Amino acid sequence: MKLQVIVMPKKTVLDPQGVAVRNAIRELGLDGIGSVRVGKMVEIETDSLPDRSQLEQICQDLLSNPVVEDYEICLPGSGEMTHT
Amino acid sequence: MKIGVVQFPGSNCDQDCLRALTDGLEFEADYLWHKETSVVAYDGIILPGGFSYGDYLRCGAIARFSPIMRAVVAAARDGMPILGICNGFQILCEVGLLPGALIRNQSLLFVCQPVWIRVETSEAPCTRMLKRGHKLRLPVAHGEGAYIADEKTLSGLETNDQVVFRYVDSNGDPTPAGNPNGSLCNIAGICNRQRNVVGMMPHPDRAWEARLGSEDGLLLLRSMFRSALVATA
Repeated sequence: MKLQVIVMPKKTVLDPQGVAVRNAIRELGLDGIGSVRVGKMVEIETDSLPDRSQLEQICQDLLSNPVVEDYEICLPGSGEMTHT
Repeated sequence: MKIGVVQFPGSNCDQDCLRALTDGLEFEADYLWHKETSVVAYDGIILPGGFSYGDYLRCGAIARFSPIMRAVVAAARDGMPILGICNGFQILCEVGLLPGALIRNQSLLFVCQPVWIRVETSEAPCTRMLKRGHKLRLPVAHGEGAYIADEKTLSGLETNDQVVFRYVDSNGDPTPAGNPNGSLCNIAGICNRQRNVVGMMPHPDRAWEARLGSEDGLLLLRSMFRSALVATA
């Protein structure tokens, strides 16, 4: 199975990449564009569902930096598993 | 007294640091491969600049799990002077020895230029031999150098006199014009509460002799590790 971890800059953190992408989208003529934020998605292939607390720990320690980022773990088909 | 310069895969200022220490200051210094598990033979540590692990995931995010870092964290708790420069600063934040984080420069540009920084406290190992307000000319070279922390952390840094350097303009004022990366409060370098761990984005290791454009880096490095000499004497 595949797990997905979505890591996004916290709402309180200025995201200059998002601003640049928003400006580019506006330049391309798309109307009504508000804010754009850029994060990353980590796809993890695994034989079985990993221990949840261990996975959470890895998300907090490695995959995201809790000072500036939030993460979300998504299971295949079932949508969101957890949210910080 | 011996200083260890840690080499991670992707470090690229390790040689600059070693040369600054050995040729610039005539200190004894050695490389320390990141797979090492002990730093007991050393009296001080530098985490140099570069792109450890290719900056994958986030700058410093993977390097913080290198075997050497467990020993560095333990040594930091015991009071060993530890200096993180550029990528080294990012690693110190990732591993939690310093608060806050370094994110993408506000301009999105990689900045590679000399900057002015001002000494904000002489109560840090690298500034003990300098006076508050002393202006230094050092180069920066980074894409992710914008210092950020939540309000509580920021006010804690100010209250506890942990802001070691601020970016300033040529008049010595911490203005937006003097800030190369969008760091909050123009913060260029900080120390921990214990005051033995220092992280800074500018490179003292690239400013240790006149032909490099500045010798100001020597002042910092001498001060940083001279105090270790005194402490271990």
